Amino acid sequence: MRLRADTPAPPDSRLRRFHPAQRWVHRTTAALMGVCVLTAAFLYVPQLAVLVGRRALVVRVHEYAGLALPVPVLLGLASRAFRTDLGFLNRFGPHDRVWLRAALVRDKRPSSRPAGKFNAGQKVYAAWIAGATVVMLGTGLMMWFTHLTPLVWRTSATFVHDWLALTVGIVLAGHIGMALGDPEARRGLRTGTVSREWAKREHPLWRP
Amino acid sequence: MNPEPSEERRTPKERPAPAEGRPIGRRVLLGTIGLGALGVAAAPTLQRGLESFLGSVSGKDPTGLTGLLPNGGGFRYYSVAASVPHKSAADYRLTVDGLVDRPRSFTLADLRALPQTRLVKDVQCVTGWRVPGTPFEGVRLSHLLDAAGVRGTGKAVRFTCFDGTYSESLTLDQARRADVLVALRMQDKDIGHDHGGPVRLYVAPMYFYKSAKWLSGITVTDHVLPGYWEKLGYDVDAWVGRSNGRTDAPTS
Repeated sequence: MRLRADTPAPPDSRLRRFHPAQRWVHRTTAALMGVCVLTAAFLYVPQLAVLVGRRALVVRVHEYAGLALPVPVLLGLASRAFRTDLGFLNRFGPHDRVWLRAALVRDKRPSSRPAGKFNAGQKVYAAWIAGATVVMLGTGLMMWFTHLTPLVWRTSATFVHDWLALTVGIVLAGHIGMALGDPEARRGLRTGTVSREWAKREHPLWRP
Repeated sequence: MNPEPSEERRTPKERPAPAEGRPIGRRVLLGTIGLGALGVAAAPTLQRGLESFLGSVSGKDPTGLTGLLPNGGGFRYYSVAASVPHKSAADYRLTVDGLVDRPRSFTLADLRALPQTRLVKDVQCVTGWRVPGTPFEGVRLSHLLDAAGVRGTGKAVRFTCFDGTYSESLTLDQARRADVLVALRMQDKDIGHDHGGPVRLYVAPMYFYKSAKWLSGITVTDHVLPGYWEKLGYDVDAWVGRSNGRTDAPTS
């Protein structure tokens, strides 16, 4: 009998890491973020703008994708599994300091990288990208609905939006790069389960 | 050697409750939002500093990468059409019609044969970027209008473009200003296709969206017909520093 990836009971050899709720939140957020980054590139990089043109349409797509960006996370709050993971991401224990210190000195030995369900890097990334999304959304709305805020703010919002976009792009590239280097982590998000060996190596303090 | 192993041992063997540990994630999130708000508040100061720094660096940057940074200096390419046909001296035509006594069509050679005016002023885009001291050269629009003979009922000028989509408008008084050109050259070169060549409008005192690229038609009308961006909410009277809610230094 073939076990479907999203059946509730995974085979014994594999550990359940994510429920469908977390996977769909990640998937839809990634898709919306992808649209935001792509349309931003078309608006911003002259060589790409020359290729695409259609400025009004690209602006509209960018605006609506940005507006929708926090929606998957907000809908995900209805799922207990997702809320539990947010709790794990929020709370930092003493082992997270050990992990961060090892990351700073590029110590890659698993023994110096203790981690629970999420490692300290993932926790910092999650919190930062969430905050950055709120800032991008706020400054984006100020640029979109220019009559809602005092006029001086619009230039300031553009300034923050531009530079933070560049930062988000770099951090996002790092996030994707690390995922590319870890097929089992990607399998976890794709199928919901990971191998026991991977969990023991990468997340030794995780007790699923 | 260090206290960490004992601390690690304190992590419970059973499923750790999320309530354990300090809520640092929340602090990072709120801190990022706070920094963003601070950035908006401090932006005018930061922007001035960065612009002068990048402006001086980009002049010496052979890779051109600084041009991709926000406020890195230089022009940005905006087109509202899907694709724009290329026009050369052979097939380019500029028509002047509407409420005029002598409608006519100009080739590129016709335009080049007319008296040329060179202006060197800043270019200011409504989205914030500014390119200092940019030379534009071409025929005064007032010269073309006088040659065509504007009738008494003519009150405004509408501009159309061979990208098939873009349009612009000026009142007749604005169009007759000495700093409004039908430009053939920009930065002391013939205007290339990406910058709106071979012929574009140059309205020195207004935001750069008024300076329509790929100009192909000048029509005198009895009232102002809002152009492409103006139908999408931008000001028709787009004086730099006195419209679109912006306070940039005037360009002309």
